[in-house]
Amino acid sequence: IEHLILHHHISSVEKLSLTTSGCPLLIQCRNFRVVHFVVPRERDCHDLYSSLLRLLRPVSFDELYAFSYNPKQNDQQREEGWQLIDLSAEFERMGVPCDQWHWTDVNREYKVCDSYPRDLYVPVAASKPIIVGSSKFRSKGRFPALTYFYQEKKAAVCRCSQPLSGFSARCLEDEHMLQAISKANPNSRYIYVMDTRPKLNALANRAAGKGYENEDNYSNIRFQFVGIENIHVMRASLQKLLEVVGARALSVTDYLLGLESSGWLRHIKAIVDAAIFLSKAVTAEGASVLVHCSDGWDRTAQVCSLGALLMDPYYRTLKGFMVLIEKDWISFGHKFADRCDQLDGDPKEVSPIFTQFLDCVWQLSEQFPQAFQFSEWFLIQIHEHVHSCQFGNFLCNSQRQREELQLREKTYSLWSFLLSEQHNYENPLYSAALAERNPVLEPSTQPCHFKFWTNMYHQYDRTMHPRQSLLKHLLAVRESSCALEKTAHELEAVGARDLSVLLHVVPPTLMCGEGLPARSDGERTVEGSSATENSYAELQGPFGAKAEPHLVSLEFGVARMTC
Amino acid sequence: MEFAELIKTPRVDGVVLHRPFMPTVEGTLCLTGHHLILSSRQDNTEELWLLHSNIDYIEKRFVGSLGTIIVKCKDLRIIQLDIPGMEECLNIASSIEALSTLDSVSLMYPFFYRPMFEVVEDGWNMFLPEEAFKEIETLTDEWRLSSVNKDFGVCPTYPQLVAVPKAVDDDTLRKVATFRHGGRFPVLSYYHKKNGMVMMRAGQPLTGTNGRRCKEDEKLINATLRPGKRGYIIDTRAINVAQQAKARGGGFEQEASYPQWRRIHKAIERYNILQESLIKLVEACNDQSQSMDRWLSKLEASNWQTHVKEIVTTACLAAQCIDREGASVLVHGTEGTDSTLQVTSLAQIILDPCCRTMRGFQSLVEREWLQAGHPFQQRCAQSAYSNSKARLEAPVFLLFLDCVWQVLRQFPCSFQFNEHFLVLLFEHAYASQFGTFLGNNAAERLKLKLPQKTVSLWSWVNRPQEMERFLNPLYEPNNLVIWPSVAPQSLLLWEGVFLRWNRSSKCLDEAYDEMVHIIEYNKELQSKVNALRRQLAQLETGDGLLETP
Repeated sequence: IEHLILHHHISSVEKLSLTTSGCPLLIQCRNFRVVHFVVPRERDCHDLYSSLLRLLRPVSFDELYAFSYNPKQNDQQREEGWQLIDLSAEFERMGVPCDQWHWTDVNREYKVCDSYPRDLYVPVAASKPIIVGSSKFRSKGRFPALTYFYQEKKAAVCRCSQPLSGFSARCLEDEHMLQAISKANPNSRYIYVMDTRPKLNALANRAAGKGYENEDNYSNIRFQFVGIENIHVMRASLQKLLEVVGARALSVTDYLLGLESSGWLRHIKAIVDAAIFLSKAVTAEGASVLVHCSDGWDRTAQVCSLGALLMDPYYRTLKGFMVLIEKDWISFGHKFADRCDQLDGDPKEVSPIFTQFLDCVWQLSEQFPQAFQFSEWFLIQIHEHVHSCQFGNFLCNSQRQREELQLREKTYSLWSFLLSEQHNYENPLYSAALAERNPVLEPSTQPCHFKFWTNMYHQYDRTMHPRQSLLKHLLAVRESSCALEKTAHELEAVGARDLSVLLHVVPPTLMCGEGLPARSDGERTVEGSSATENSYAELQGPFGAKAEPHLVSLEFGVARMTC
Repeated sequence: MEFAELIKTPRVDGVVLHRPFMPTVEGTLCLTGHHLILSSRQDNTEELWLLHSNIDYIEKRFVGSLGTIIVKCKDLRIIQLDIPGMEECLNIASSIEALSTLDSVSLMYPFFYRPMFEVVEDGWNMFLPEEAFKEIETLTDEWRLSSVNKDFGVCPTYPQLVAVPKAVDDDTLRKVATFRHGGRFPVLSYYHKKNGMVMMRAGQPLTGTNGRRCKEDEKLINATLRPGKRGYIIDTRAINVAQQAKARGGGFEQEASYPQWRRIHKAIERYNILQESLIKLVEACNDQSQSMDRWLSKLEASNWQTHVKEIVTTACLAAQCIDREGASVLVHGTEGTDSTLQVTSLAQIILDPCCRTMRGFQSLVEREWLQAGHPFQQRCAQSAYSNSKARLEAPVFLLFLDCVWQVLRQFPCSFQFNEHFLVLLFEHAYASQFGTFLGNNAAERLKLKLPQKTVSLWSWVNRPQEMERFLNPLYEPNNLVIWPSVAPQSLLLWEGVFLRWNRSSKCLDEAYDEMVHIIEYNKELQSKVNALRRQLAQLETGDGLLETP
């Protein structure tokens, strides 16, 4: 059995202590694959180990796979791939520009904010000096900019970073900026300012000259803390989670208590709770909301994108979801390079912020099985490629960096690749009509509705998958229906016209009813599977002994290899 | 006794009914001998018909003269009734309490229920032991049907007919019965067609502290082994529990006496431990105001999922011994009426594709639970809300259904029935208009004349118009042995039962309907295409020249 693992996927390599069968090498991947090699000779193992370590630490972007990946497309196809997602068209779809919101070129040289995109939308009433003044009062220059416009109520979702307010500092331009956002919405007298951090963290930031908005200085704002933890807490949480679920012979008690103490689902719920708050403020109250955290590129991205997903059914389509990620994550400067450890960098910057977002989306899709055009395979595939560095979309930390590296000319876009195999990622139960009737999702936030996403965190652990995939089955049935529709149509046409053509139109293999077509996808299911894989008990003794595998290491049912 | 004596106030107007995720209904509350009925007297509003026997527990509250009764049902639903007038409320409450805890089985609703449908196929005759044995007879001549228990004298909890090795005569069986708990001598539970291996079940051997032996018992179980073959004894108790049982006259098979058998101990809990587990689980599921962390630790503290894992694992082990090791298996715990049946029945689901069909599963429940003497009446007398000190109550059957659901979830295309059917069995085991789950064993059912006096659940459920709801649209017969994963990550909380009343099921129901639609549509297309082809073929051969295409 051969195994291909992208170097970029490997997050750690560990040499374990020598055993009788050889030297074990443990490789952990960012797509939650765990591979256990046993190399018979210790010297070979050491060589393998050190060369892996060298390969794992690229120092510049052009060493990444995306720059050598060539899917045999010509330049025009490549360019078309990149043009698939057009954010200015997306703002137009939302109804922007309009009388209250317009496009601004204030950041065209990336001078006001180098982690923001070039094209930004702001209230018409916010002049350039106000924007520039506001940006100087915001961490990393990330001034309040429009990210979602709820046309029905003219309510806006804006995002920014924390104000540099310290204990008492004020900034008139920033106050004006918020007022302009407020005035742009005729339906509400106030706006919400959501600080997505726990209050304690925000307070601590004040000592460093940062902090949060003082309600006395801003007219008509309603200030709200949400309490999502920072990147370090999230990193530790995922690490703990993976330790728990990676344990062998895991008991139910250790699993549930480990799941709890990892805090992972608590964090997921906090993000969903925040998104629901945002969505309710906008859709029910018709109020505009300004969202920020510290730098406004992690928690803010999570809450803004998930909130929009709740409000707008478009983002629950395949294409819309790509647009959403392009907009709230890629263009607004979520630091994918740092968070996903693309280059040899600071390990403290690595954090599963985007993974959490996908997890939240999955939780929603579990509650609303018909609301999403895509299935979990789509989410898992996106996750795969956020870390694979095979496509240019997620490279670097900002639009500016991406332009400097000319990614559009040198790499390919993931989205056209995913759309080309769209049928694999569709949710067969999706109902567009339902989305029209109930456009806004109102999920339950009861704790029991937040679940561990086995198919994500155990995607390579086939022993844990459902043995027959409902999703796969339904996709196949739907595909077969399409083929049958076509056949029926042809037969009707033939019957009406000329009988002699019959045998040429209908392939003989179809004569006895269409079989379900075989599919190729990432899902591996085992009809029946095997008893030995599951280790229900050790059947030792004279007649219960099983043959020892020959120089094969089977760890967690993941990998099997002889070296 | 007349029910009228228990009903002090048969009717109250202006009662308001509150149910989670449903609009409140105002109407007239009526009490009958077996039902609590709320009627809104409006055509389009749903009425409430609740069997008194479904009521597990009630709570009363008063605010001024407005009384509130909170009704907690055995199917885990909680409803609230606001009743104007303190006296009316107290009367209603005491009537419900009395009517929901009737002592006499013969006063239960099934004895009064008259079906509104014609019984085409009588469920009481559908799964007779002699019928079930006929199939085994075609495969092997090593087993026979014994009527040694004809008058229930040898084993009061066994049916009149049991399958035993042909080589063992009835006298031997009588002797073995004295050596096994409750007279439950080893009987055939399952015959594995593929390799002729068998699964048997029994009560614990009464070895006691001095290691009593019974040559006939050894002879009986050895008679099931092929020459040179060995078998496994799966004791569903932990070794220390089995040891302790010796002091009370019980015990387990000693290696010295049973050299051809290897004993494996698994720890499946029983009785009050399971009942408490259910109570804690339901408490956790109903707790509305909790943080993420408390939910998980409460779920853990209930231990429910641990019980599920233990049962599935043990059943898989039994199946593994039979199918993979090619060995016969004897399963027992203490009495052989609870954990034993969980293991033997679940193992058959894993091994035998027949048990995954609608009929086959009903037959399994009938054979391995009803006829095998699982005391339904005792175990299902109370559910999760009762605060009376439970003694005999235990959600043994519910746990089995949960385990089946786990396997069904992992093999969604391999079962002919769906989750709704499992939920239905749970409901009817606890409260029903049908007589199927009344009584504790075959002897009691015969005495109660259930087949003559009540309707069988199977008579109702197998009518095509009812059955449709319980059929799995994804079903494609799968002749393989199905090995489920028992990793804690693969065993989920059974939301269809435990969160059923705590969530709005609208989205999930609609999704299910859509799934059915996708599959139905595909079937329609297939028959359409086939019909078109036939037409064309006829046209081509000239036979159908006169027909219009």
